[in-house]
Amino acid sequence: MKNEFKVIAELIEQDKKVLDVGCADGTLMKFLKDNKNINIRGLEISKDKVQKCIAKGLTVIEGNAEKDLMQFPDKSFDYVVLSQTLQAFLNPEKVINELLRVGKKAIVTIPNFGYWKIRLHLLTKGTMPITKTLPDEWYNTPNLHMCTIKDFVHFVKSRNIKIFKSIALNNENVSSINDTNLGVKNLYADLGIFLIEK
Amino acid sequence: MNTEKNIKTLLVKKPLKLDCGKTINNFPIAYETYGSLNEKKDNAILVFHALTGDQFVTGLNPITNKDGWWSYAVGSNKSIDTNKYFVICSNVIGGCLGSFGPNHKDPETQKVFGTNFPVITINDMVNAQYNLIEHFGIDKLFSIVGGSMGGMQVLQFISNFPDKAKTVIPIACTSSHSAQNIAFNELGRQAIAADSNWNEGNYNSKDTIPDKGLAVARMAAHITYLSKKGLQEKFGRKLQEREDLKFGFDADFQIESYLRYQGSVFVDRFDANSYLYITRAMDYFDLGKQFNGNLSDAFKETRAKFFIISFTSDWLYPTQENKDIVIALNAIGADVGFVEIESDKGHDSFLLDVPDFLSALKNFLDKSYIEN
Repeated sequence: MKNEFKVIAELIEQDKKVLDVGCADGTLMKFLKDNKNINIRGLEISKDKVQKCIAKGLTVIEGNAEKDLMQFPDKSFDYVVLSQTLQAFLNPEKVINELLRVGKKAIVTIPNFGYWKIRLHLLTKGTMPITKTLPDEWYNTPNLHMCTIKDFVHFVKSRNIKIFKSIALNNENVSSINDTNLGVKNLYADLGIFLIEK
Repeated sequence: MNTEKNIKTLLVKKPLKLDCGKTINNFPIAYETYGSLNEKKDNAILVFHALTGDQFVTGLNPITNKDGWWSYAVGSNKSIDTNKYFVICSNVIGGCLGSFGPNHKDPETQKVFGTNFPVITINDMVNAQYNLIEHFGIDKLFSIVGGSMGGMQVLQFISNFPDKAKTVIPIACTSSHSAQNIAFNELGRQAIAADSNWNEGNYNSKDTIPDKGLAVARMAAHITYLSKKGLQEKFGRKLQEREDLKFGFDADFQIESYLRYQGSVFVDRFDANSYLYITRAMDYFDLGKQFNGNLSDAFKETRAKFFIISFTSDWLYPTQENKDIVIALNAIGADVGFVEIESDKGHDSFLLDVPDFLSALKNFLDKSYIEN
């Protein structure tokens, strides 16, 4: 299981109720269910991936986060997880609001466009950056709204959303982000993980 | 069609109060079982059939000598694996394959009921079938499963008996019949009524049946079970055993011949009055209405795990109507999974060889049974 999921799993206490939005093949869901006795639900847009979740015995609803989060009542989950998909929505702000309405807390991870390799790629090659976390070409990427760790921190602060934890990930390296090291983490982390609440 | 010797029946002695106000008692429920009930009695699955189905889910149907209606899904090593599970299915009341229906004799008059049979509802059907669970001494079913009208029965069953099933699988169905659904059913009923043999439902005494009307009803309904794309790919404008158009009203096109065939074989196995009663029960179905318009309230007493399945090309019970059930369940935090299966086979997809559907059904059941 990838490091990102290990970090997310550590943020969630035993026996909680969790919704994984864009749960893909259910890897994180299965881990949370088996290791932390989490009452876990998934929302996934791809039929193939929904089938994979069903084959793992996971409760998944085929649907689109931008439309289908609406059906869940306020604060009906302890945590709502959104892993590396915020940038793919037409309206990320609306999705963040929905995550924070449905969940008591939300865990959002973003691929960091401020990562030095991305900056260097654009600077030296002058073409849209392609990395491990962002493998697609500009013309076929699902990502519509890329942002940096700094952008995300500024965004949540401007919306009066509380940040409980900010974590920077660079391969195996996990570190916490604070006001003083934000600039450095924004350069050295390829992924940001945020525990937020409104 | 001598059916009696191949039909198992349970005679229900307990009176059943119907939604129409009448009470029935000493009525038969015809049923069939597959696989065996284990010692803990925790492996039973109650399957509900659709409009024209019957209790013969799989294997050879001894009445029609054809495969059971859900042979793709139910059987040894299939989605509903009869090596593992004990499958029970009964003919709905109002039906014509042994359960109490309009082709039975009224004990008071000793005449065939015909349209004197009480109008029944989906609620009445599941309340009648509940007697089978008691008959087998099953405290809790492992699953209840059904497509189309079978799915409506699944929804009604778990609403009536919230702690009697661990898993609940309504397939290609709705919680409330739409105007379009009612319209197509009315077309079928009017086709039957327009056949002079129908005679207000008293055809049994004359020994002539309204086969033409019933065949037209079936033809119209059959179109609603398929998709435009499926029909186009299978038939297109292909001609039936002829080089060119004949400038007449014979079946020039293969699709015409196919529908006529579907109509003609149907009348051999189905009773016209049953068709009226069962379509009426479907039209009356509106689960939300039973709970003052709040569908969620129908499910608030149950802890069961739901799995809802729809098909992309089903325009009779489209995905959105299935999703409305998912939404009602999510609104109360119920355990509900949902998948829409890609298929060109229309509403009939649930009866056919649609591998993604069959594997989803199997995976859901088998994984849930392990966690049982």
